[in-house]
Amino acid sequence: MAQYNVQINGRTYEADVDADTPLLWVLRDNFGLVGTKYGCGIAQCGACTVHLNGNAVRSCTLPISAVGNNKITTIEGLSEKGDHPVQQAWNEVDVPQCGYCQAGQIMTASALLTKNPNPSVEQIETAMNGNLCRCGTYHRIREAVVLASTKMK
Amino acid sequence: MSAPFKTSRRDFMKLAATAGGGLFLGFHWADAEAATIMEVLDETAVASGNIGFNSYLSISTEGVITIMSPNPELGQNIKTSFPMIVAEELDADWSKVKVLQAALDPTKFERQVTGGSGAVPHSWERLRKAGAAARHMLMEAASKRWNVPATELTTENSTVIHAGSGKKFTYGELATEASRVPVPAEIKLKDKKDFKLIGTAVRNVDNLDMITGKPLYGLDFYREGMLFAMIQRPESFGMKLKGVDSAAAKAVPGIIDVVTFKNNVAVVGKSTWQVNKARKLLKIEYEKEGNIESTADHDKLFKDLLNSTDAAVVQVKRKDGDVDAAFKSAAKVIKREYQCPFLSHSPMEPMNFFAHVRPDGVELVGPSQTPEAARNETAKLLGISPYTVSVELTRLGGGFGRRLKTDYVVEAAELSSIMKAPVKVIWTREDDMTGGSYRPAVRYRFEAALDASGNLIGYKLRGVGINAGNCTREDNFPSGAVDNLLIESIEHKSPITTGPWRAPITNFLAFAEQAFLDEVAMESKKDPVKFRLDLLDRAKQTPVGAIKYDIDRMKGVINLAAEKSGWGTKKGISQGFAVYFSHRSYVAQVAEVAMKKGKPVIQKIYVGADCGVVVNISGANQQVKGGVTDGLGHALFGQLTFKNGAAEQKNYNTYRMIRMKEAPDVDVAFVNNGIDPTGLGEPALPPTGGAVANALFKATGKRLYNQPFANQEQMKGVKLGEKM
Repeated sequence: MAQYNVQINGRTYEADVDADTPLLWVLRDNFGLVGTKYGCGIAQCGACTVHLNGNAVRSCTLPISAVGNNKITTIEGLSEKGDHPVQQAWNEVDVPQCGYCQAGQIMTASALLTKNPNPSVEQIETAMNGNLCRCGTYHRIREAVVLASTKMK
Repeated sequence: MSAPFKTSRRDFMKLAATAGGGLFLGFHWADAEAATIMEVLDETAVASGNIGFNSYLSISTEGVITIMSPNPELGQNIKTSFPMIVAEELDADWSKVKVLQAALDPTKFERQVTGGSGAVPHSWERLRKAGAAARHMLMEAASKRWNVPATELTTENSTVIHAGSGKKFTYGELATEASRVPVPAEIKLKDKKDFKLIGTAVRNVDNLDMITGKPLYGLDFYREGMLFAMIQRPESFGMKLKGVDSAAAKAVPGIIDVVTFKNNVAVVGKSTWQVNKARKLLKIEYEKEGNIESTADHDKLFKDLLNSTDAAVVQVKRKDGDVDAAFKSAAKVIKREYQCPFLSHSPMEPMNFFAHVRPDGVELVGPSQTPEAARNETAKLLGISPYTVSVELTRLGGGFGRRLKTDYVVEAAELSSIMKAPVKVIWTREDDMTGGSYRPAVRYRFEAALDASGNLIGYKLRGVGINAGNCTREDNFPSGAVDNLLIESIEHKSPITTGPWRAPITNFLAFAEQAFLDEVAMESKKDPVKFRLDLLDRAKQTPVGAIKYDIDRMKGVINLAAEKSGWGTKKGISQGFAVYFSHRSYVAQVAEVAMKKGKPVIQKIYVGADCGVVVNISGANQQVKGGVTDGLGHALFGQLTFKNGAAEQKNYNTYRMIRMKEAPDVDVAFVNNGIDPTGLGEPALPPTGGAVANALFKATGKRLYNQPFANQEQMKGVKLGEKM
């Protein structure tokens, strides 16, 4: 066990955990940030996606000891009022079914649009292909990313 | 169920008098057909939970309308569509409706179950009456205040309007007085053509919570002092626990105890990760308890059992005419076999449940499709009254049938009773995938007899299912349209546990039937669509035996899908057709495949669906597109195999699920026939495999008989699903 100070959503959080504890479980068990989901634990489904310095990463395989001073953003910190253009688009297109994967989908999509504000459908599919949706909301995710890109202009 | 609750006028006044500040309307599910006994109840009575009603809506003096949603929400969107039905008849301002998930309460609600695509069909009438009765009472209250006949009043947007004087009252202003109005004995419902909310696109009521990461799901439930637990279950079906050396696991920091019960070794500790680490240090010995089976064994026994002549083994489910004579006289006989593998449900949220067994009762919190069964099983295990067990429903991160089972709830309760502490049991993805309750593996043999003119004169279906004695559906089309027909079923009992998986059995049977009928149509030298329509006409004119499907509704979706897809008119596109009746609804699909660089690419799937009245067009489109994507993904890629009793695929790196790139466009159209809703959670899934297989055949000349398609010899070198 060791003490870790991590920068999440513009705040410093402290945790006394094992060095190999994945960020995912520190977020959930220690910090109560449960919007980041556990799906597979092996970086295959994307439900645990967060931003590390603005890049989409899988928190289920990122040990807390590797986070350092990098800035982490979770779904709770993506926007203050839940009105990030991607969140707005997700609501307007009415994307979620069960909803469990959607925080991860939104984090992947928002990281994509920051880097590439006007992606082609092919670029959207390539970026989003690592995020599984068991309910099959892929059509609306695609549509919402396109809508969000118009909102970010 | 408790008996229908009736109050005298005096009791009613008493309740109304204590209601203070709002109108609370309960209505009786128990009285299913009449459903007209509406009672006004005070808030205390509602909260006390011992009053015999099943659902309620409340209107506050501020005009907030609260509607309880009793059924588990797993993405079928019931938490939006149920309240829409109430709000429609109430003429409520939807923007002021608040929806709450109800906990399990069999004294108030009936059928708090998510399964069988049954919630809306089951509750439609009663939800409408709940809204309509409240509206009536609000109008009566306004009529009294203004001293005008209620017939002169209209309602809209949570407001009662007197057009003659231009006067208006909000529902909030009238709520208290309305609660003193007698409940109507007869409730007039709207004419469906006057629906304003039903049929429109209404966003999911939980959207904002879901897209901002609020704690909605079972896995998100944390309680001060709660322990975390993971359970090591036997890796192989057919094995049982012999002994465990848990010394190393117990030495891991944060581990509180390692306990065994039944075949389970539970590691209990202070955090998910510590528990997960410790369980890997367990040294467990198992011993043989039953058959240890592998997929290779199943492949062999399927073939053996399909040839069985043992009357004790073969269950005859339907027999029309003289099948032997028909096949003897046939000009042509077509015989084909189809096989499907086991599938994992794999909801994105793995199994989990919170349980706190206390001396005075049990608290259960988590995702369940059958909370009442979970409660009863828990009570049975602990030898206590079910009335001392409470079940709070979280949102479900998917279910697909897996959460109709109660194993993962009961084990959490058992562990809590051993630990004498609140416990959340967490399944890893590997636990979820290897832990059983799979879609059963099945093999079918179909035989068709054609006369010299190509008419279908005989039809046989025999299925072998692993733990699935119900693997054939004797009344499926074309039953009723063929003079000589035999439907049989055979079951192999296996220690590998199986259970319902979205559109149970039909999720694969539909593919086999629709792929076979495509071949029979070709041998009859008929267009596959016309072939089905002709058989349906035949069934209508001269039905053979019982017909359990609605011929006109089936023809309706066939024609709709054919029309929308431009069936048979497209150049350079190979179309495949399938139509299926499951649960209570009808869905036809046309899949389109194009050849690109010599390889088939699935481009688009057209859907014609008849689920009666569409409650929420946004939710309905989602159910269909999601169902098609689900059906396609599992037909293309889904496969769980076994070696020595253990599942060989343990996570998404080896168990392939459909991804965005592989999801083709889906075009959805609904039949508008105005009949009461017949359900949509499952019926869009079954036809997809057949439509796609038939389109792939047209494009490549190769038939597909087994799933997953992507693993079949004839699809070698094809990246099925990718658009290229």
